[in-house]
Amino acid sequence: MGAEPREVEKIRERFAESLREVVYFRDEDTLVVAPEKILEICRFLKEDPEMDFGMLIDLTGIHYLERDYSYEVVYHLLSLKRKRRLRVRTRLGEEGEIDSVVPVWRTANWHEREAFDLVGIRFRGHPDLRRILMPEDYVGHPLRRDFALEQ
Amino acid sequence: MPDPTETTTLLDPLAPETITLNMGPSHPSTHGVLRLVVELDVEVVKKVVPHVGYLHRGMEKIAESMTYHQFIPYTDRLDYLAPLSNNVAFVLAVEKLIGLEVPPRCRAIRVLCCEIARISAHLLWLGTGALDLGAATVFFHTFRERETLYDLIELITGTRLTTSHPRVGGLARDLPPNLIPELKEFLRRFPAQVDEYEKLLTRNRIWLKRTQDVGKISAEDAIDLGMTGPNLRGSGVEFDLRKAFPYSGYEQYDFEVPVGSVGDAYDRYLVRIEEMRQSARILNQVADHMPEGPINTDDPKVVLPPKQKVLTSMEELIHQFIIVTEGIPAPTGEIYHAIEAPKGELGFYVKSEGEKSPYRLKIRSPSFVSLQGIPLMAEGLMVSDLIAVVASLDPVMGEVDR
Repeated sequence: MGAEPREVEKIRERFAESLREVVYFRDEDTLVVAPEKILEICRFLKEDPEMDFGMLIDLTGIHYLERDYSYEVVYHLLSLKRKRRLRVRTRLGEEGEIDSVVPVWRTANWHEREAFDLVGIRFRGHPDLRRILMPEDYVGHPLRRDFALEQ
Repeated sequence: MPDPTETTTLLDPLAPETITLNMGPSHPSTHGVLRLVVELDVEVVKKVVPHVGYLHRGMEKIAESMTYHQFIPYTDRLDYLAPLSNNVAFVLAVEKLIGLEVPPRCRAIRVLCCEIARISAHLLWLGTGALDLGAATVFFHTFRERETLYDLIELITGTRLTTSHPRVGGLARDLPPNLIPELKEFLRRFPAQVDEYEKLLTRNRIWLKRTQDVGKISAEDAIDLGMTGPNLRGSGVEFDLRKAFPYSGYEQYDFEVPVGSVGDAYDRYLVRIEEMRQSARILNQVADHMPEGPINTDDPKVVLPPKQKVLTSMEELIHQFIIVTEGIPAPTGEIYHAIEAPKGELGFYVKSEGEKSPYRLKIRSPSFVSLQGIPLMAEGLMVSDLIAVVASLDPVMGEVDR
């Protein structure tokens, strides 16, 4: 295997015990990390001058059935200066709770509200975790795999 | 001396109470079904809370039970002012997932589609945005050119609004022979027409008063809030996906990326005006150097065979049957692909488990993210400036609510 991208190398150094897996597919790098450290890792990715991922382009949730994890939260980062993209993915158990990254990037606010609304992931420390696309009194989370399309 | 008890029923205009005003969801200046709950102190905006979701159709859910091709018409209904660029963004994402290359002619036609979409989207923004601020004339000018562009789109795709033209691995059909001459004719007239809009607005005192220093956002805030496209460039950040991560052959074309300096509504106006000129420049280059050759990849597992062959040859009939009933084979994996849509970064995150439908499809739409900036940009301004702020962000609710 060739040399690792610098981002992966540095994360491996700093967060060795939290890095679960690194995936390379179609020239895209994905770090699979432990959910407990997400806030720290994100802050490092944003603030370290060599990383400089100033922009959280997207944040989304995925629901799974019959796996040893129930949710994945996917973060898409972009460095404007270095013109680099990085994907960070983390797996959650049935409780579906993770620290909010709003303190790192303000743009996460609406993205996390959407992941809460549609997938049902709860973000600890989010300033205003309300539904965003579905009506306020709606029951259920439509993007879960056990939610039938006809419902 | 009037009796003081008589005036108690009248509101004291200087009283410190605030009133709550609902703008939208159906208000002409919200460009769709955006609802803003505004707390006003007389005419000063104290607080804005945007409410979205009125146009939520559950597209991401629908995608999970569709083949990749079946989802293309849904992308028309994202940013419905630039359906062609949504179509291109989606098929590029699927092609990246499959690992598919398309022929040069197809790439050039897609660039042509995207830039026509950009000009027509910016024309609509300019016309309606000026109309919101009381400048009705511009609207008639921009809609004249928009009409020509829609005629061109009709020539290319057969329809005006719901284009669904690109296909995974190619295009629905080749350009008609009269398209390039008609496009050249449009491009010959267009620069003078942009000058005309500028004559109406750029140094117009009322326009300056309504847009300068209104809805200012610094580069740091714009980045922190995830803004992209003209809204980010208006704040002076030179970042354009066509330059940073060229796709569909954008690296071959010569164009500039305009940026603003202070990040107010006026800067965003100037950026979009210049983007129209640059798009016209790209279109000229595409029209002059349109490659010859096929428009579809030569992969029978992805691209539908020609109808004539389906009727006469067994093998093509089987391919057609498999593609239509089973979809196209996609590997297990995940990709994100984004293009510089008229509103900013339009990205598709596709998570595939190797089936005919995506396991999860996330649409990253630029307008959704831009709207988050409204409270920061509008608080402390007058209520009429709020209209200018919303107009200058150019949101389209189709892609906000998905």
